[in-house]
Amino acid sequence: MPASSRSEAATADLPVRSSLQLDLSRPILIAVTALLVVMIALPMGWLIVYSLSDKQGTATLGNFVTLFTDPSFVDPLITTLIIAVSVSAICCIVAAPLGWLVARTDMPIRRIVRTLVMASLVTPPFVGAIAWEMLAAPNSGLLNQLWRSLTGMPSDEALFDIYSLTGLIFVIACYTFPYVFILVANALDRMPGELEDASSMLGAKTWQTARRITMPLALPTLLAGALVAFLQALNLFGSPAILAIPAGFHTLTTRIWSLFQFPPKPELAAAASLPLLLLTILLLRGQALALGRRGYAVLGGKYGEPRLVRLGAWRLPAAALALLVLAMPLFLPYAALFNSAFSRVASRLVTLDTITLHNVRFTFLELSSTMPALKNTFLLATLSATLGAVLALLIAYIVARRAVPGHRVLAFLATAPLAIPGIVLGVGLFLAYTRPPLTLYGTLWILLIAFITIELPAAYQQLSSAFHAVHPELEEAGRMLGASRLRTLADITAPLLRSAVIATWCFVFVAVIRELSAAVILFTSETKVLSVLIFDLKESGDVGAIAVLSLTMVGITTVVVAVANRFGGGREAGRLHARTAG
Amino acid sequence: MTRLTRRSVLAGSAAIAAGSYAVQVRAAPEPQKITPTLIEAAKKEGKLSWYTSVDLPVAEKIAKAFEAAYPGVSMKVERSGAERIFQRIGQEYQSKIYNCDVVNSSDAAHLIIWKRASMLASFLPEDVAKHFPKEHWDADGMYASWRVTLSPIAYNTSQVKAEDAPKGFNDLLDPKWAGKIVKAHPGYSGTIMTATQQLSRDLGWAYFEKLAKQKVMQVQSAADPPKKVSGGERAVMADGTEYMVNLLQSRGEPIEEVYAVEGTPLITGPSAVLARAANPNAARLFYAWSMTAEAQQLNVEIGALRSVHPLVKDRPERKKLSDIKTLREDAAAVADQADDIKARYLKLFKV
Repeated sequence: MPASSRSEAATADLPVRSSLQLDLSRPILIAVTALLVVMIALPMGWLIVYSLSDKQGTATLGNFVTLFTDPSFVDPLITTLIIAVSVSAICCIVAAPLGWLVARTDMPIRRIVRTLVMASLVTPPFVGAIAWEMLAAPNSGLLNQLWRSLTGMPSDEALFDIYSLTGLIFVIACYTFPYVFILVANALDRMPGELEDASSMLGAKTWQTARRITMPLALPTLLAGALVAFLQALNLFGSPAILAIPAGFHTLTTRIWSLFQFPPKPELAAAASLPLLLLTILLLRGQALALGRRGYAVLGGKYGEPRLVRLGAWRLPAAALALLVLAMPLFLPYAALFNSAFSRVASRLVTLDTITLHNVRFTFLELSSTMPALKNTFLLATLSATLGAVLALLIAYIVARRAVPGHRVLAFLATAPLAIPGIVLGVGLFLAYTRPPLTLYGTLWILLIAFITIELPAAYQQLSSAFHAVHPELEEAGRMLGASRLRTLADITAPLLRSAVIATWCFVFVAVIRELSAAVILFTSETKVLSVLIFDLKESGDVGAIAVLSLTMVGITTVVVAVANRFGGGREAGRLHARTAG
Repeated sequence: MTRLTRRSVLAGSAAIAAGSYAVQVRAAPEPQKITPTLIEAAKKEGKLSWYTSVDLPVAEKIAKAFEAAYPGVSMKVERSGAERIFQRIGQEYQSKIYNCDVVNSSDAAHLIIWKRASMLASFLPEDVAKHFPKEHWDADGMYASWRVTLSPIAYNTSQVKAEDAPKGFNDLLDPKWAGKIVKAHPGYSGTIMTATQQLSRDLGWAYFEKLAKQKVMQVQSAADPPKKVSGGERAVMADGTEYMVNLLQSRGEPIEEVYAVEGTPLITGPSAVLARAANPNAARLFYAWSMTAEAQQLNVEIGALRSVHPLVKDRPERKKLSDIKTLREDAAAVADQADDIKARYLKLFKV
């Protein structure tokens, strides 16, 4: 619609508009703030209350005494810290050189490598863990069998034992390093080439430039990446549940989950959740500090494209190395998943003679939970994505345009759930909503609240950066022409933000599909979702159905991510907040 | 609402239990036939939800067989470990959620606890009253043994020669089995909870203390160790369900059971209709059908389960139940000791 006709239309329905002109922003602000407070404060409040009471409800510090003296808690706490530190270190060691190769060198296939690393993020970590079981279980693992047949190693020895602390660290690192990689590669993309040029002009050798210029410039980003990896590993539930328990040890998340088995001990679960919560808050502060320093390198005017380092004879080995790294989260696990989806026995390689559709038939025709779980998952993902995007849009608008006093509180509340690990939120919501007045347990609502809360920070961050890209002048023009704030938002801002909103919608959708750690605490038989169904099947060892469902899940996710990339552009994917649905 | 725990139920119902001798003198409830009225009422409800701990593919096949027998009634199978199901039903009832219509547990203690908490409906199918041995059904018609299974030892026949295979539980403590044993979890599986109670009583906790030092692979479901053994992941299983071993054998998988010299844990898996079932008629229809000779025969054929129905023919290739030395099952003791067993188990096996 041309601008002139629009203003005519606007004058024509003046009486209607004047009623819209009533400033709705204050009631909206109050409503949104109240909603966020209830969403976050209620479960966290109950968490704290429970952690400080005993079974009869009297105040006590006994839960914390148990937590820090009982070996069945102290051991998992130590194990979890060991895992988080190791994963963090491995991710940096792998992601930094790979990010450098992709962003700053002339390595062949570097674009493909970058895309594939991003694609590996589509795999839910617990699916990755199940696939690695198929590959590297000490005796039946395909890689171990292959190694034995190649080297004649005796049958009771193994090359890899995935059921071990190192195995678990390896698998978590496989699905965590992409986050660090994305941070590092994006930072290196943006890094000005002049500093490196200056260095080499002053006579420094390539490696000297790398060591004295590139590395210090990238260090804050790497540090932030290390923290992201640490947090991931700290709060992950699925992978340890799958790999640590068979090996005979717990991490803090699996221990918290085990407290919901009979006889349930919600008080202890609440107490055990608090260290995770506190550690996460502390580390996020650390991350903010590390990322906050990043700006110091890019003071000044406009920079040239960074110069690509010529690898010369190292080009092919570098590409081979990149593909080897990619085999760990991507090629090998998917080969294993396809193998067991079409095989009767997961530990045997499928051949043309043994290929079977038995698992597919069983999953979709016999398994009576498949369809309800798919339905619940789709419903929840669609609703969470829609409501989450609307809520995030509203908050991002209020904050970006400073629409009302107190907008900072909203920004804080919208990012606060970042500090709440999925399993902790699950415990908190369970405690808050299994009692009157709102007994939501057993309904899809409790899962909806959980998913929106978990994904709000990512959605808000994406949309708030999108809002910053839309200049306020455009909105001011609309306001000057007499449109109300809401109308300006609908007619001017929203169309400009369309792609960002669609991208946000898709990412929340995907994140909900793969969420396990909160869902595993909150589901009932009638509200089972796909991730929980896969986890259930895992516990009874129905590997074939797991493979089929996992591939289905990844297939759906891939389609949605592809759509998101079409509308939102690849950069949005890079900004997708680093929280896996453990 | 007070929390449902084993202990509180036990303590709270002590008085009732004391008086229950008087109750037991009362005649058993009237045996019920599957009447056209019941079928019609069930069809009107159109659906039911069955919580069971039997292996998932077996459960789904049984559900399909029922749906074929009574078109118009569709079944939803909710399968998990018996201990998880016990927890889930307790949790759901506390939140006034009555999803479950018929329940089947491999931990017979659960039925005792549910009965004491007045959560079960009295309904005595004709087949049960007429054919089932007295010890396999509740005098008040609250539950009956839908299945029986054992928790034997088993080994992978391509990894272990028959003469090297363990003969009993104490053989598993030999250092040569370190790192080669898989076992399931009493916090998940009712079969394993029941077996652990029997073994800790007859062999003592010292057996588990030593077993825990054998670098055991810990899985959850009792149906999983046979899969791990036949798939070649571990050479022997210390526990797990017999029926899964038999099902894998009939598919030609390399697995062989061993009935331990010390005796093999015997596990009955009773079923019951829930008093607050949302689909009471469909629930009664399925429950009654599941106890008929025809359905019980199906359990044996598609599930390799054992049946207490005297008209049912067992699989000819396997050892008769009466020829196997079994350990004595004591559901009341399990009800009493379960929490303690889980705590001790966590201490020994760390998970």
